[in-house]
Amino acid sequence: MLGVAVHAEERYGIGRAATPAEIAGWNIDIGRDGAALPPGSGSVERGRTVFSEQCAACHGDSGQGGVGDRLVGGQGTLPSPKPIRTVGSYWPYASTLFDYVRRAMPQNAPQSLSNEDVYAVSAYILSLNGIVPTNAVLDAKSLAAVKMPNRDGFVSDPRPDVHNR
Amino acid sequence: MSEHTTDKRVREASRRQFLQAGAALAGGSAMAGVAGSTALAEQGNNLPPNVPEWMKAPGDPMGSQPYGTPSVHEKGVVKNISKTLPQYISASGRTPLQELDGIITPNGLFYERHHGGVPTIDPAEHRLMLHGMVDRPLLFTMEDIRRFPSQSRIHFIECSGNPVYTKPYGKTASDLVGLVSCAEWTGVPLKTVLDEAGLQAGAKWIVAEGADAAALTRSIPIEKCLDDAMLVYSQNGERLRPQQGYPLRLLLPGFEGNMNVKWLRRLRVVAEPAYSREETSKYTDPMPDGTSREFTFYMEAKSIITRPSGGQKLTTQGFHEITGLAWSGHGKIKSVEVSLDEGKSWQQAELQEPVLTRALTRFRLPWHWDGAPAVIQSRAIDETGYVQPTLAELVAVRGLNSFYHNNAIWPWRIAANGEVSNGQA
Repeated sequence: MLGVAVHAEERYGIGRAATPAEIAGWNIDIGRDGAALPPGSGSVERGRTVFSEQCAACHGDSGQGGVGDRLVGGQGTLPSPKPIRTVGSYWPYASTLFDYVRRAMPQNAPQSLSNEDVYAVSAYILSLNGIVPTNAVLDAKSLAAVKMPNRDGFVSDPRPDVHNR
Repeated sequence: MSEHTTDKRVREASRRQFLQAGAALAGGSAMAGVAGSTALAEQGNNLPPNVPEWMKAPGDPMGSQPYGTPSVHEKGVVKNISKTLPQYISASGRTPLQELDGIITPNGLFYERHHGGVPTIDPAEHRLMLHGMVDRPLLFTMEDIRRFPSQSRIHFIECSGNPVYTKPYGKTASDLVGLVSCAEWTGVPLKTVLDEAGLQAGAKWIVAEGADAAALTRSIPIEKCLDDAMLVYSQNGERLRPQQGYPLRLLLPGFEGNMNVKWLRRLRVVAEPAYSREETSKYTDPMPDGTSREFTFYMEAKSIITRPSGGQKLTTQGFHEITGLAWSGHGKIKSVEVSLDEGKSWQQAELQEPVLTRALTRFRLPWHWDGAPAVIQSRAIDETGYVQPTLAELVAVRGLNSFYHNNAIWPWRIAANGEVSNGQA
């Protein structure tokens, strides 16, 4: 309390300390290096089952898309007049796939999958794209080590880029 | 008067109003607005020299609308929502720009875009967590947030996909660029709250997360967080609408809409961006060479004529005021020029005060329509000297693979019969 009083002039003293347990419960962010990926693992084979139960209704039986985004294919199409942007052709980091599936999918019940099932379904989607083998088992270390085909495809924003006067 | 009697009167007044509205619809015209009500008035014998029926009996009593709704004759002024969306829990609804005056968007008509539906959040149970590279990780209640020194500022928010680069572009101003709106926002500068926690050396970005079913995350450069970013709890004087992030949202004036995270529950101070799904696979711009631009935050200068605009009709030759909206994510609008001859020549429009930074600015130009076909368009110039480009100029640089940040000039074609249509369609 004394410490707070000493600094009262520069701070408002509003809010309370967030405890480590509180932070751990809410902080599920996985950065591009995958450093915060949780323990556990999942196989492509298990992922096929999870995908058919939880994902196929929106994303199609083989990730070809439906009311949800297309997840598979399109590699090499980005410089063409009809770029197909999928996890396989466009996403620069595999750890982002884990982060997004865990926080937002399936759309009707987000944050309902176990970490193992998130690893598994991530492995399955990557295998459909030919990025990991069909017998792959992914965990924190191996998922972080996956190099996505379009990892180096992003450039910084050069705008203003139209010079008309 | 007993409560029961009041209720009964209110019910009777509502019933009367309902019957009148029903008669208007039964009259055959589903069109809202001036044309419809004029026709009704003529049938109802309400024009001079007759005394109108609404003067011959008392109107609705106080309390018949404890919150308030627009006139029954303005039923058509609603959000522009596609009837063919694949899924409505990740979708957008557009502001009917061509129906509005001034620069402020009414809260009920503010454009909306969400990724996991609109959550119903109890403000008593909502918390904002601030953690990461700070001296003191903090947890705030909504009551806490409202204790900080507050401010109110007028700013636009615009979706970066407003509009797409490829046909069909849409018929009305709303179809085209209805994913922009402007409001007076009240809240606390983000800097004030960050100072409370104490930023550590090396803090370069803040990852903001929403409390929606998408747990949407975006990374914001620390410079923006310490400049004009706000934690907002009110919009146009009332608490945020649920569609706009009730009870708390982030406001990043001039940055693409998606970054203004709604239902804000967490701010994590970090050294590098999250590279979340939204900022890798979604809000990035593919270029013709196969590379894609990332972190394209600013909405560049833009304008649109809203009257006359697509779907409207000039009913007579003679005087008409051309009016529209201009805005820039880089600051104030310096000037707006209007062309009446397919872009061959341009003249200066009048800017309505106040001209505010990163806010919609209303422009006007008096015009006499001689009844000949015409193509009208506007271009905005902002305080950095940037000039809104034509679609051809934009596409020459970016190609047609991009989906976001189309700020091209938009022409409207006026036919000899007065009908206004999209000049690019």
